[in-house]
Amino acid sequence: MTLPEQQILLDMPESSVTPTIENSGPKSDGQAVVLRGLHKSFGPQTVLNGVNLTVNSGDTLAILGRSGTGKSVLLKLIIGLQQPDSGSILVQGQEITGLDLQAMNEIRKKMGFLFQNAALYDSLTVEQNIAFPLKRHTKMTKSERRDRVKELLASVGMEGDLKKKPSDISGGMQKRVGLARALALKPGVLLLDEPTAGLDPITSGEIDELILKLQEENHMAAIVVTHDLQSAKTIADRLAILHEGNVLIEGGFEDLEKSDNKFVMEFMKRDS
Amino acid sequence: MSHNASIPHRLISQDVPQAPSLMRATLSSLWSPFNGFLEWFGELGIFAWQVMRAAVRRPFEGRELLRQLDEIGSKSLPLVALAGAAIGAVLSLESRSSLVRFGAKSMLPAALVFSIIHETGPIVTGLVVSGRVGAGIGAELGSMKVTEQIDAIEASGVNPYKYLAFTRIVACILMLPLLTLAADLFGIMFGWIADTLIDPISFTKFIHHGFGGTTFSDFLAPTFRTLVFGLIIGMIGCFQGMRTRGGTAGVGLSATSSVVLSSLFVILADVVLVKLILVFFP
Repeated sequence: MTLPEQQILLDMPESSVTPTIENSGPKSDGQAVVLRGLHKSFGPQTVLNGVNLTVNSGDTLAILGRSGTGKSVLLKLIIGLQQPDSGSILVQGQEITGLDLQAMNEIRKKMGFLFQNAALYDSLTVEQNIAFPLKRHTKMTKSERRDRVKELLASVGMEGDLKKKPSDISGGMQKRVGLARALALKPGVLLLDEPTAGLDPITSGEIDELILKLQEENHMAAIVVTHDLQSAKTIADRLAILHEGNVLIEGGFEDLEKSDNKFVMEFMKRDS
Repeated sequence: MSHNASIPHRLISQDVPQAPSLMRATLSSLWSPFNGFLEWFGELGIFAWQVMRAAVRRPFEGRELLRQLDEIGSKSLPLVALAGAAIGAVLSLESRSSLVRFGAKSMLPAALVFSIIHETGPIVTGLVVSGRVGAGIGAELGSMKVTEQIDAIEASGVNPYKYLAFTRIVACILMLPLLTLAADLFGIMFGWIADTLIDPISFTKFIHHGFGGTTFSDFLAPTFRTLVFGLIIGMIGCFQGMRTRGGTAGVGLSATSSVVLSSLFVILADVVLVKLILVFFP
């Protein structure tokens, strides 16, 4: 995000602190994320050209597509790290484009984001990384925070690595910690940017199972950007292929397999 | 034979119509860096504004500020003290021979103390901290930027301008005067050691002679100057780090440009502030 883009959000008041973690999960099985006519360009290059997508609460949508088609940009628009040129983004019924920083941060508390390379804070330990959002946005005591961190680490199978630094753990473990951090505030929407990228097939499978388990436990809406068709098939209820700035096809795995679109056929063949 | 006669006709006929495009190219090559500098300065202004706005809002990130005070202050102390000591010893040895030549050997303590407190201490501290801290901040924030850690902070609903930039800038501002005092202290001590090894003089007498003519304003003005040095080092280091692009090469570039630019602006600020100080504290 460029400095002028950051200015739009950071010009606004700082976020307030909520007393405890409210489960920001869906109150009803409604629409968790709705994108309407989303456009985004970087200079002369149009990345998104009127994207429309809907993700219901409890559903997992996998976004597929070639590199550079704006999949990660789409996630960054939803979390407010970038601003769309035009279009509408509704998160749990609330329009987020043009929100001030305070309101945006309130929305961000309802969303968890797993970055492509986990993006753990390398000066902090695993425990401090997961406690970071808890410390900022809740009034939990130190022992409550510690319990919550232990609970989250146990849920991703890493309860013994509290004091380790991110540089001391493997890529797969970093993804697990990143996932635990994304779930710290019990979000209603989980955004996952290539959760299995750079991992071996066995670890990828473990991460997929973990995402499925956590998604079912927390009944969140999840949007997963991935190149891994096998992973998408495992964890997603629906798949969407992004091509030339727009959604080329959207549906179940079988729908994509049956498609007679040349690009979709090529895409499915290459990944099968 | 004229000079033109020796130039082939083909070249002359090509040169004449190219003159305007050559001028355009020259103007463009001159304008481009100037335009780049203006853009950089404008972005720095926006960045400074964001940091100032973030600074006045809660939470004030006290724990992170304390960590940065330790990182920037305590960990720079050995290097600053060593630089101060070396400068003090060299100044003492160099000044001694000059003063002896003019029969003013007794002026050595005063000359040493005056030059260290007024100029050598502040500028040496400024440049040493520019190197150590400027590079550190530029590389750390640059690395955080390219690995999306700054995005992750923002996605967590925390303002990175406050958490990362404000704390480091304030730590630089608060620590520079203290580090300068340390450089002054070690400079004067090692200046005395160098002097007393040649011509023994007690430390008390050295200090008494050295500080005989100094007033409060002799300390106030250089201290104010180092606050500005701290602001420059912190601001430029954070700015260069947070605008990093292009992976590891970009991180290296940010670290280098942080050191180069902060050192350059510390030297420029020194010149301007010395002039201002001489106006207000003649």
